[in-house]
Amino acid sequence: MNRPSLTGVLVREVVNFSAYWRATTFSSTVEPTIYLLAFGFGFGSLVSEVAGLDYIEFVGTGVVATAVLFSSAFPAMFSTFVKYKFQRTYDAIMAAPVDAREIVTAEALWIAARAGTYGCVPLLVAIAFGLDPRAGMLVVPFIAFTAGFGWACFGITIAARMNSIENFNYVISAVLTPLFLVAGTFFPITALPELASVLAQVNPLYHCVELVRHAAFGFEPGADAIHVGALLAFGAAMWWLAGVSMQRRLVD
Amino acid sequence: MPPAPAIRLRGAVKRYGPITAVAGLNLDVPTGTCVGLLGPNGAGKSTTMRLLTAQAIADEGEIEVLGRTLPGDSKAARAFMGVVPQQDNLDEALTVEQNLLVFTYLYRVARAERKPAIERALQLAKLTDRRASKVDELSGGMRRRLLIARALVHRPQLLLLDEPTVGLDPQVRQELWALIGALRAEGVSMLMSTHYIEEAARLADTVTIMAEGRAVAAGAPRELVTKHAGRDAVEVYGPPPRLAEVEAHAHARGWAVRRTGTSVSILGAEALDGDLPEGERRAANLEDVFVLLTGEEIE
Repeated sequence: MNRPSLTGVLVREVVNFSAYWRATTFSSTVEPTIYLLAFGFGFGSLVSEVAGLDYIEFVGTGVVATAVLFSSAFPAMFSTFVKYKFQRTYDAIMAAPVDAREIVTAEALWIAARAGTYGCVPLLVAIAFGLDPRAGMLVVPFIAFTAGFGWACFGITIAARMNSIENFNYVISAVLTPLFLVAGTFFPITALPELASVLAQVNPLYHCVELVRHAAFGFEPGADAIHVGALLAFGAAMWWLAGVSMQRRLVD
Repeated sequence: MPPAPAIRLRGAVKRYGPITAVAGLNLDVPTGTCVGLLGPNGAGKSTTMRLLTAQAIADEGEIEVLGRTLPGDSKAARAFMGVVPQQDNLDEALTVEQNLLVFTYLYRVARAERKPAIERALQLAKLTDRRASKVDELSGGMRRRLLIARALVHRPQLLLLDEPTVGLDPQVRQELWALIGALRAEGVSMLMSTHYIEEAARLADTVTIMAEGRAVAAGAPRELVTKHAGRDAVEVYGPPPRLAEVEAHAHARGWAVRRTGTSVSILGAEALDGDLPEGERRAANLEDVFVLLTGEEIE
């Protein structure tokens, strides 16, 4: 891998982003905000406290992971698919001195940077509704970036392995929706039956949720090292898989 | 030692499952020349193009581009070549200038060179006054010119053109031919795949005719015609029974004939004896050679 290739792919993404940033920003920020407000106020009127936190604070920190997922896995799936299937963008890029691994890396970095930014929106909304700002929250963009990188690579992998955009429905219904619901965002995973709560611990979103909560309410060094390790391992594994999948998709 | 050829293929084979798209292809593009790759649809032209950018990896054979061995050194070769794809893959939401800017980065044009490189490409493609237009506002011909400009932004030594004028109306085709002709005069090596005979005859120094994944003939257009179709052809028009009769007459004598929808042409007529049927005498052309060697009629 070399830097000019990564720069070239990144420049392409950034220049294109200047043409569609409004729509992307809208969908990446409005949707998690609606979840936050609907659950925070709707559900929050029934339960005032969860795990020792005000419910709006509990959800406000948890929904950061939702925002990361929505601004990484989904755009990665759809944009990668559209680029190779309809726009043939990768044919154009690979005519230049760039290979599949470099494409994956640069595009995932760019999506991760967006997720790192959009991931902070729910936190800002929660602050507006009374969450106390803390210095620890300054690491939230980095947590969101790291998680976003893994999910972007996940999305690229799915897109590279699917032949039709309809098949995305299977992944969204069978993988993304369950992971999104059992990540400890809206209720603690300890409330789940034992098997489900064990399974939830391999959910990368759960580790993102926990880290963000600890950033907002106080770090727990031992546990947080494991959460960071889990996100890094998820990112590394998905990056490897995305590279292999795209190589197979783009080179006959 | 003579300079390395721009492209050299020896025995290249590419299979897709049970289909062999390229079946032992030999191909040379000497530096500074334009080679036309002529063949019917499905002859393996597009696969050959993909082999040259390492977007397809050959199962057998040797491929060298600009002195680099593929697929290992493909990236090094790609830095010095440009590709004009058959299917438009411009960034539609971007302007003409932004499309070129992105490719100055992808092709690693030095920072100080970027602006002049874009200006030169805009001028070459006569798109300077459309620089701020979005791609989806351009006509088909302008989009095609932009594709060529994009492939030239880094002053490549080698240009691959995959069916550069397919689907364009005749006037636009003439325009593109002028542009390609100008590049040829600048000394850029070119490999151009096409199934338009006239395109190959006008632009190419040498033509390689492909059928079923192999080169069936190679040479300068004029030489190919003389060698395979002779100097003159007699073209006989008439109702189908009459054409069948002429064909049978020719076959019986072992003459080379070529059937089109409405006529039969007897090739190499200058060397044949007296009992030639009545018809129009014309010069043999590359189309005759193409049909004779590939067994395919062209549109």
